[in-house]
Amino acid sequence: MSEPVTVRFKVNGTAREGRCEPRKLLVDFLREDLGLTGTHAGCEHGICGACTVIVNGEAARSCLMLAVQADGAEITTVEGLATDGKLHPLQEAFREHHGLQCGFCTPGMLMTALDFLRVNPDPTEAEIREAVSAVLCRCTGYQGIVRAVEAAATGWAAPNWPRSP
Amino acid sequence: MTDATATPKLIGARVRRVEDARLLTGEGRYVADVRPPGCLDAAFVRSPHAHARIVAIDVSAARALPGVVAVVTGEDMAAMAKPVRAASKMAGYRVTSFPPLALGKVRYVGEAVAVVVADTRYAAEDAAELVRVEYEALPAVPTAESAASPGSPRLHEEADGNVLVAREFARGDVDAALEAADVVVRRRFRFRRHTAVCMETRGCLAEYSRVTGFLSLRSSTQCPGLVRDVLADLLDLPEHKIRVIASDVGGGYGAKASLYPEEISVAAVARDLGRAVRWIGDRREDLLATSQAWDEIIDAELGLRRDGTIVGLRADVLADVGAYSIYPWTAGIEPVQTISFLPGPYRVPEYRGRARGVATCKAPMGPYRGVGRPPAVFAIERLMDQAARELDLDPTALRECNFIRGDDFPYKSPSGIVWDRSSFTETLGRAREALGYERARQEQARARAEGRWVGIGFASYVELTGIGSAIPVSPGMPVATGTEAATIRVDPSGTVTAVFGIASHGQGLETSLAQVVGENLGVPLDSVQVVHGDTALSPYGTGTYASRSAVLAGGAAILAARAVRDKTLAIAAHLLEAAPQDLVMSEGRVAVRGLPERGVSLRDVAKAAYSGVRRLPKGMEPGLEATRFYDPYYGTASSATHAVMLEVDRGTFDVRLLRYVVVEDCGRMINPLIVDGQVHGGVAQGIGAALLEEIVYDEGGQLLTGTLMDYLVPTASEIPHMEVHHLETPSPTALGGFRGMGEGGTIGAPAAIANAVTDALVPLSVEIDELPITPERIYRLVKQAGAVDITGGP
Repeated sequence: MSEPVTVRFKVNGTAREGRCEPRKLLVDFLREDLGLTGTHAGCEHGICGACTVIVNGEAARSCLMLAVQADGAEITTVEGLATDGKLHPLQEAFREHHGLQCGFCTPGMLMTALDFLRVNPDPTEAEIREAVSAVLCRCTGYQGIVRAVEAAATGWAAPNWPRSP
Repeated sequence: MTDATATPKLIGARVRRVEDARLLTGEGRYVADVRPPGCLDAAFVRSPHAHARIVAIDVSAARALPGVVAVVTGEDMAAMAKPVRAASKMAGYRVTSFPPLALGKVRYVGEAVAVVVADTRYAAEDAAELVRVEYEALPAVPTAESAASPGSPRLHEEADGNVLVAREFARGDVDAALEAADVVVRRRFRFRRHTAVCMETRGCLAEYSRVTGFLSLRSSTQCPGLVRDVLADLLDLPEHKIRVIASDVGGGYGAKASLYPEEISVAAVARDLGRAVRWIGDRREDLLATSQAWDEIIDAELGLRRDGTIVGLRADVLADVGAYSIYPWTAGIEPVQTISFLPGPYRVPEYRGRARGVATCKAPMGPYRGVGRPPAVFAIERLMDQAARELDLDPTALRECNFIRGDDFPYKSPSGIVWDRSSFTETLGRAREALGYERARQEQARARAEGRWVGIGFASYVELTGIGSAIPVSPGMPVATGTEAATIRVDPSGTVTAVFGIASHGQGLETSLAQVVGENLGVPLDSVQVVHGDTALSPYGTGTYASRSAVLAGGAAILAARAVRDKTLAIAAHLLEAAPQDLVMSEGRVAVRGLPERGVSLRDVAKAAYSGVRRLPKGMEPGLEATRFYDPYYGTASSATHAVMLEVDRGTFDVRLLRYVVVEDCGRMINPLIVDGQVHGGVAQGIGAALLEEIVYDEGGQLLTGTLMDYLVPTASEIPHMEVHHLETPSPTALGGFRGMGEGGTIGAPAAIANAVTDALVPLSVEIDELPITPERIYRLVKQAGAVDITGGP
C-alpha cells in the first residue's frame, strides 16, 4: 500500500477532488470517493463495458484506468446525461424502445452509444451492433438497444439534439 | 361486478416501463451502491484445490494487516451458523451439508474457505492473500461419469456414494412399446455446463444491531422471503428480527434464486461484530462460485409407427450437480425437471425417464433460465428431426401429427404434469408461415446447389409456469412455493400503493403489476406505485423464480384489487346514496352508470374510509386496503415454436443466424413491450448456450473459464434480429388468463439451432448431439465426415 495521492478532475462539468491510493481504479474512485454510483463495475477486467465513461471526449473503461491517470481530465458519467430531471434524448430512446431491463449494463451502454453516435451519426444496423458489442447485456438480447440507438441516430442531426451532454 | 371498471385499458397496453427513469440516470440502487457509515468490506479466501483436506489455516499475517478487523475460518463459522441442508422428501435423494465456509475439506475450486473483514475492500483483498491455508490434496472427482463409477473417490462422507439423487418417472410398458415400434431413433446427447453471468455479480450487505437484535440483509437476490426464512433457521434468529431487502437487482435468470454461502457468512460476521459488513463479488468469483447449470448426458430413444405416431420414449439422464446440493432447490432440480419435461408437447403413451444427479468437484448446480428444459427439449426435438428423416416426413408435419391438441386437453403427461389448453399446433403453424417455410426450403436448395451449408430448424416446447401448491417447484422440497400475496392500499389522496412479496430483478414487474392493479381499480398507471423486494414491507412471499410472478403476483393483485374495489363501491354508494351495482369505476372516479356527473373521486372515497365510522356504511371497518393470497394450484402451460435459418461457414465453421422466428403463447399479455423483451433476452441466452457458452473444468477440477474472455457471452454482433409473434390463448386456469413467460426463449433456442445446424450438414450426415456447437466441434464433425474443405468454401 502506498501513500494516498490527490486526484483532481472535472466530472459532469463540476471540479472534484479526492485522495486515494495510487492503485485505486477510476471506477472505484467515482463510485466510492465521489458517490457517483451510476457507473457500474461488471467484470473488472475490461470485457463487459458496464463501467464505460467518457474521458476527454472518448469512451473509456473506468475499470481499466487508475483514478490517478484521470487527473486533470474531463469526465462524463451517466449522471451527467439528464438535465434538470429531463432525460437526454438517448435515454429517452432507450426508454421508448425497451433498451434496458435490469439496468446494470445501461450506463455503460449509454456512454458507449453516445461516443459512437458522435463519431458515426448516421450508422447502419450492422455498425450499431458492432459498436454496442463493446458492452455485454444479458437481459435484452440487444434488440431494444439496437432499435434505441437507431432511433437516437435519426434525431441526432436535429438542431435541439445535444451533441454532447 | 366484472364490468365495474371501464377505462383505462392497461392490461395489454404497450406502456413504457416505470423503472426506466431511475435506471437510465444512474439512480438505481443496486447492493453495491449502498454503503452505510462504518461499513466494513469482506473478501473471501477461496480454495485453489478441487478436492483437498484442510490441514491448517494461519490467519496471523492477515489479521496483522492495518485495517483488518476480523478473519473468520470454517471452524469459527461453525459456531456462528449452521450448515445448509437442502432437504427433500423425494425418494432416492440423499441430503448433504453445505457449510458457509469449508469445514474439514474443500470440494470445488473457488469454495469459500475463510472470510476477511476490513475497512476497505482493497485492504480485505490484500489480507485475503495473506491467509495461509495448508491443504492435503485429495483425488479430484472431475466428471459425472467418473463420479458415478464404483471406484470413484467420495465427495460427501455422509452419503454412501456420489449419486445424490436418483428418480424415475414411468407410464405404461415402454420396453414393449419400443420393441413393437416400426422405427426407433436413439442418440446420446451432451448439453455442456453453463452459467447465468448476471451483469451484476452477487453481493450482500448485512447490518446488525446488538441493542435491538435486528439483522438487515440487502442482497442481490431474487428471493428475499426465502432468504429471510432460512437465515432465521441457520443463524437461530427469530424471523421477525430479520429483514431482507432486494432493491434493484442486476439480472438473476434463476442464478440468484438460491441461498448462497456468502449471504450466510456476511450476515453471521455482521452479527458477531455488531457492524455493517458488505461483500461485493467480482467476476472471477461469479464464474467460480455462482451456481452452474444444464450439464447433462441424455441417452434417449424414441419409438414411432411408420405413419409417424409416437409409441414410446425411454431416457436416461446423468446430471453433473457439482459439489453441493443447493438450497432450497436441491441437487434434484435439474435432472428431475429434465425427465419431467422430456416428452414435450407430444402425446407419448408409454414413457420411462430415469435421472441421476451426481456430485463432482465443480460449483454447485442450480436453477438457470429453463431449468432442465433446455437439455430436455434439445434431446426430444433432435430425436423428432431424426425420426422425420428416417420416416421421410417433413419435420414440422411429424410434430403436428404428434402434438397434444383439441380434446386431449387437459392432458396429463407421463410425469404427471397437467397441460391446460395450449396452442402447440397453432404456434408451429404460425412459425411456418412467419418463416415462409416453403420459400425458405427453396432458398436452402439453391444455397445447397452452390455448395453452401444452409439449414432450417424448428423446436416446439411447453413449459409449466405459475406453479401453485399442487406440486413444489423442485421435487420434494419442504419450502412452500405455491402462493404469493399482494397488499393494495388506496392512499388518503386516492393514489394506490401495491406491495408484493415477489422481487423484480429486471423483468419490469413494477410496471406490469401496476398495470394489473390500475386496470382492476380503474386508476391510471401513474397513480399506482408498486413496492417489492422487502420482507419488512410486504405480505409473505418467497420471491421471483420459475416464471411465476405474472401469474401468482398478478393473480394476487387481481384478488386484492377486487376486494378494494368492492369496498370502494360500497363506500361510494353510501356517499352517493346509490346502489353499488349501479356504479362504475374509471379514471380515479366512481360514478353512477350513465351519469358521470353524479360521482365521487377515489380521493373522496379514501378520505371517507380513513375518517372513521361516521362517514361509512353501518358496520363497515374503516380503511381502504386489502391483502389477498393467490394459489393457482396446478400452474399453467406456456408454449412456443422457434424457427431458425442459419448458415455454417465452410471456411471458419462459424454459425451465422440468418432468420430467427419465435411464435409464443403466454396467454393474455400484460405488457407486449415487456413480453417481447423477455423473449429477446431469453433467446439470446439460448443462442449463447447453443453456440458459445461453456463452463470448462480440466481433469484436475480446475476451472478453465474464469474470465469473460473464456466464457463467451454473446454480444450484439452474434445475436440476430428476432421476429416475435404472439398468440394469446388466455390461461383457462390462472386468474387474469396470464401464463408465465420469463424462461421460454432460452428453452427453445438451443434445440432449434441444433436442428438447423444438423439440417445444414445433412449432405455430410453430421448430427449435432453436443452443445455448444462451437466452430471447433463443427470442424471435428465435418472432418470425421471426411469433408473438411480447407480452401474456405465457394
